[in-house]
Parts: sequence; C-alpha cells; structure tokens
Amino acid sequence: MKFLTTNFLKCSVSACDNSNDNFPLSFDGSKCELIQDTTIEFNPEFIMNVIDRVDWDAIVLVAQELGNNSLPAAKPVLGSVEGLTEDDMAVLRDLHLLFIQTSIKEGEMKCRNCGHIYYIKNGIPNLLLPPHLA
Amino acid sequence: MGKQYLLYMVQVHLNFRRAELESLADLFGITSINFDNYSEDSPFFKVELDNDEQARDWIKRSILTRAIYEYWGEGENMDQLHTSIQNQPFYEENKEKFANDTFKFDFESYRGYGKFDRVKQIESFGYLAFKGKIRMKNPQQVYTLIDEYVPISENIGGIVPIKYYFGRLIQHGNRQAVEKYDLKKRPYKGTTSFEAELSLVSANIAQVKPGTFMYDPFAGTGSFLVAGGHFGALVIGSDIDGRMIRGKGASVDIGSNFKKYGESERFLDVLTMDFTHNALRSNLVFDTILCDPPYGIRESIKVLGAKDPEKFIGKENVEIDGEKAFLRKDYIPTKKPYSLDSLLDDLLEYASQRLPIGGRLAFWMPTANDEDVETVIPLHSNLELKYDCVQEFNKWSRRLLVYINRGKGYDGTTNSGLQRSTANFRDRYFTNFNQSQK
Ligand SMILES: C[S@@+](CC[C@H](N)C(=O)[O-])C[C@H]1O[C@@H](n2cnc3c(N)ncnc32)[C@H](O)[C@@H]1O
Ligand SMILES: [Zn+2]
Repeated sequence: MKFLTTNFLKCSVSACDNSNDNFPLSFDGSKCELIQDTTIEFNPEFIMNVIDRVDWDAIVLVAQELGNNSLPAAKPVLGSVEGLTEDDMAVLRDLHLLFIQTSIKEGEMKCRNCGHIYYIKNGIPNLLLPPHLA
Repeated sequence: MGKQYLLYMVQVHLNFRRAELESLADLFGITSINFDNYSEDSPFFKVELDNDEQARDWIKRSILTRAIYEYWGEGENMDQLHTSIQNQPFYEENKEKFANDTFKFDFESYRGYGKFDRVKQIESFGYLAFKGKIRMKNPQQVYTLIDEYVPISENIGGIVPIKYYFGRLIQHGNRQAVEKYDLKKRPYKGTTSFEAELSLVSANIAQVKPGTFMYDPFAGTGSFLVAGGHFGALVIGSDIDGRMIRGKGASVDIGSNFKKYGESERFLDVLTMDFTHNALRSNLVFDTILCDPPYGIRESIKVLGAKDPEKFIGKENVEIDGEKAFLRKDYIPTKKPYSLDSLLDDLLEYASQRLPIGGRLAFWMPTANDEDVETVIPLHSNLELKYDCVQEFNKWSRRLLVYINRGKGYDGTTNSGLQRSTANFRDRYFTNFNQSQK
C-alpha cells in the first residue's frame, strides 16, 4: 500500500463517521515494514495534482508515525507547472519518493476512534469488517 | 468558416462509436461538430472543424477511429476523384501550402481489395505537382487514397471499388492501444477480465483525463484500472475478494500489469474492501468512477454482515490465544448475499456524492435477451443518464450506462431498486398472461 493511500483511508465502521478521529488511521511504525520502489517514474505534474487533493496535516502525522519527521507543517506552495524552480522540483521529487515510491508491505493501522485494527498483507490493505461492526 | 475533414472509423461497436466521438469532442471543448452526416452504416464521416489542431485533439484518443484526414475529394472512379479534387474551392491553396514538404502516399481499403498498380495510381496525381522529396520514413505529409468496396459475400471482399476518397493525414486514432492492452499479452488476468477495446472505449466515454483520479469499486483483475491508467489518470480500485486483487504472486498481479505497460506511476492501490462499507474518506473527490459491478450470475454479490445474525450473537467476544478473534491478522469476516438492484442504488448514490459536478460515472450492466422483460435503467435525481450503449451477444447483452453528475439542483427522475423490481415483476406478469392466451 502506497504511502499516499494512507491519506485516503478512514475507518470503514460507519458509526465512526460521526467522529473526527476516524481519519487518518493511526500507524505503529514499529509494526510496519516499509519498502521503496525507485523504478516508479517521476512525473512532476502528477505530484502537483496529488498535492492539491491531500490532507496535509494527515500526511505529516502519518509520516511521523512511520518515522519521518522532516515534513514542513504547512503544505508546500508551488508555482505553476511551467514556472517550477529548482527548489520546487526538489520538493516534488521528495514527495514522489514519499507518496508513490514508498509503500507499506506488511503492517497494521488502527482507528483512533473505535480502535479497530486493519492489516496490510503483502502490500494490500484489508478493510473488511466483522459482522458486529458491519 | 471551418475546413472539411474526413473520419475513417472502424465498422464495429456501432452503439459506442458516436458516444465516443461526442465524449472526446466535449472533453476537448469542441462544441461545433455537426453529426448530420454521421451514419452507423458507414465508416466514413465528413465533418467541418476549425483547424488541424482541433482535429488532432479530437481523434488522438479515439479507439474506434482509424484516422482523420483533411478532405481533398472523392469519386466513384479515379477520373471522378481527380475532377473532384481539382474542383474543390480549397484545391489551389492546399496544393501550394504543402508543395515543398516531404511526403508519401498511403493506401487504405475498406471491405475489399483491388489489384492496382499503386505506382501508376500515384502517378495519376501528377497534377498536384508536389516538389518535396518522397520519404517513406517520417515524411511531413502523408496523402491517403481510400478505396471502398461492396463485399462479394460475408467473408469475401470486393475487387472493384465503388468509391474513392483522398485526403491528407492529420491524426491516427488510438487503435494501437487495443494491441498494447490485448488480454492475450497481459501478465495477470482472470475470468472476469474485460477485453481491451471496449474497456478503453468505456474510459473515453467516461472522459478519464490525465492527472485526475479514477476509482473502480469492483476492480477484480483491474481491467478498468489499466484503461484509466492508459489515459493518464491516477487509478485506485477495491474488491471484496482479496484473491482477485492479490493475483498470483509478486510478478503476476495488477501492479505487474502496470509495470509491463510502463505506467506504474499511475497505479495507486487496490484495497480489499466492501464497496458498501467504504473506507475512502468522504471528502475525497473522484473525477471518474468506471466499473463492471458483479452481476450475480458468474460471481455472487456479497456484502459484509451475517446472513444468519442469530448464529453470530456474542461471537465478537471469542478469543484466540488471549486476543479477540476478530482483531487477528488471519480473521476472515463473514459475508451475506445482496441484490444487484440495491448495489446499483448504492453506486449511484456514491457517485452523486463523490464526483465533481460534470464528473462521469460509467458502468456495465448485463441484461438477458431471451426473457421478455423490459430492462429498467437505474436513475438518480442528481445524475443525468447520458448514454446507454448496448453490446449484443447471442443470448444476452450488456450495456454501458454513463451518467453525468449534475448536482442537487438537477432534480431528475429517481427509481430505487425496489421500484425497478416491481416494474420487472409487472412485465413478467403480463408476459405470462399473454402466453397463456395463446
Ligand atoms: C464483474 S467483476 C469485475 C471484474 C473486473 N472488471 C476485472 O477486470 O476483473 C465484479 C467484481 O466485484 C467484486 N465484488 C462483489 N461484491 C462486492 C462488494 N460488495 N464490494 C466490492 N467488490 C465486490 C467481485 O469480487 C468481482 O471481482
Ligand atoms: Zn473506527
């Protein structure tokens, strides 16, 4: 599961929709095995589109939980696609590495509201629920 | 005034062809296309456009178009063709404009094959007086002579053309994608995989755009993810059946398909998830939703929950090795059957919430031909039903339904699954009635 996907997943339990704690799911860094696939191509425009849609606070929080404390507190502000500076490109490259090239191979994530645990096995997150939570 | 162009399309999937052309025109903001000359009976379509750039935009993604040409003339025989070319109001201007460009001649034949001396044919165009060099590789201009025939029988093409067209090539369609994504050459596929051609056409009609987000809630082996990726979207899928999306090991799964196609950066993830217990945060916008929901025929429709809830009372307290069983990594949740009508209601409601205004939902729905039952298309008050394209097979058919999210103000017709099944029931009732009269 790509790091970026952590920014899209909330708890599946519908009762948790009434809480503000159902997103992002919380990650225990010590239980997550991270891998990097540097063969995935870098497309700056793509990352710019993605930045528009991410919840930056959740990005920072999950990155910290997984052991990366280097992200700025505020979402990076970049120029237009045509007017990207060297610095902008460096930021985009870093985010490409984090969002798309970094993934969780094995691990677990937990709802901050109800405490339900979801597992990631062989890179695929499992968001299914037991009958009493469905 | 615009210029005349000639489209040369494939003569298959006719119920999809115009929808694809309209959707691509709309995608590129081309509003002026007049379909009066369009006919399902012909692969040719003469149309006026502003300029070559517009023609290129329109056709470069088209799966069902072979090419678009700047129109130079037509005739029932070569003499007529030459006269037609020389009598066009734009003849002198076109001739001058490209006179010094490198060029070559190309030939296309529709429904037949004449035995021509192609060199002689080229020489008969001598009056064009091109001064540029002939170049077989990467010429600046390609002039194409298309001949059309009436086939002798279903399997035998004609030999004497009934019509000739001549034009300057502007843009090929995207037919090579049909080859590239051919299922025969795909590393990971399964019984539910959807053929390349119509999955690409679906993505065009759904207007999948580069740099946008596309979601397939019933991803299976990922055929629609691949099609969306081809058109440059970031794609994400889910399926309740983990075995489908897991594939057959690290080098035979959905991710490896994307690797093979050189489009890994467009594939985000596939999730093991019940669409009706959705974990994608509710403020995440998907520009397009494209899928092939379970039919309940080949694969059953299941959602999370117990079929027989009594049996599961208190099960949440079961522990294994001091751990709650349902929190263990190896826990397998139970599922219960669900109806297609309810699932489609859920899908339409979900689309109305997650798509931006103007965003498209496209999905395939099977229908039986032999049963004399009218098919009721699901409708939602916020969604405009834009297309209903049918693909016929012997005993059944399936249709691509395409909706545009118009938002709350749209106030269109709604029919919930319950209403649809009553309608079906009523039809069945009367069918039986008629039969007993015989
Ligand atoms: C017709 S198949 C789609 C096949 C897919 N287009 C492909 O390329 O393989 C329907 C899929 O829906 C899945 N499915 C059934 N019920 C579901 C649910 N409640 N949520 C998510 N997926 C479900 C099935 O496991 C099946 O893989
Ligand atoms: Zn929860």
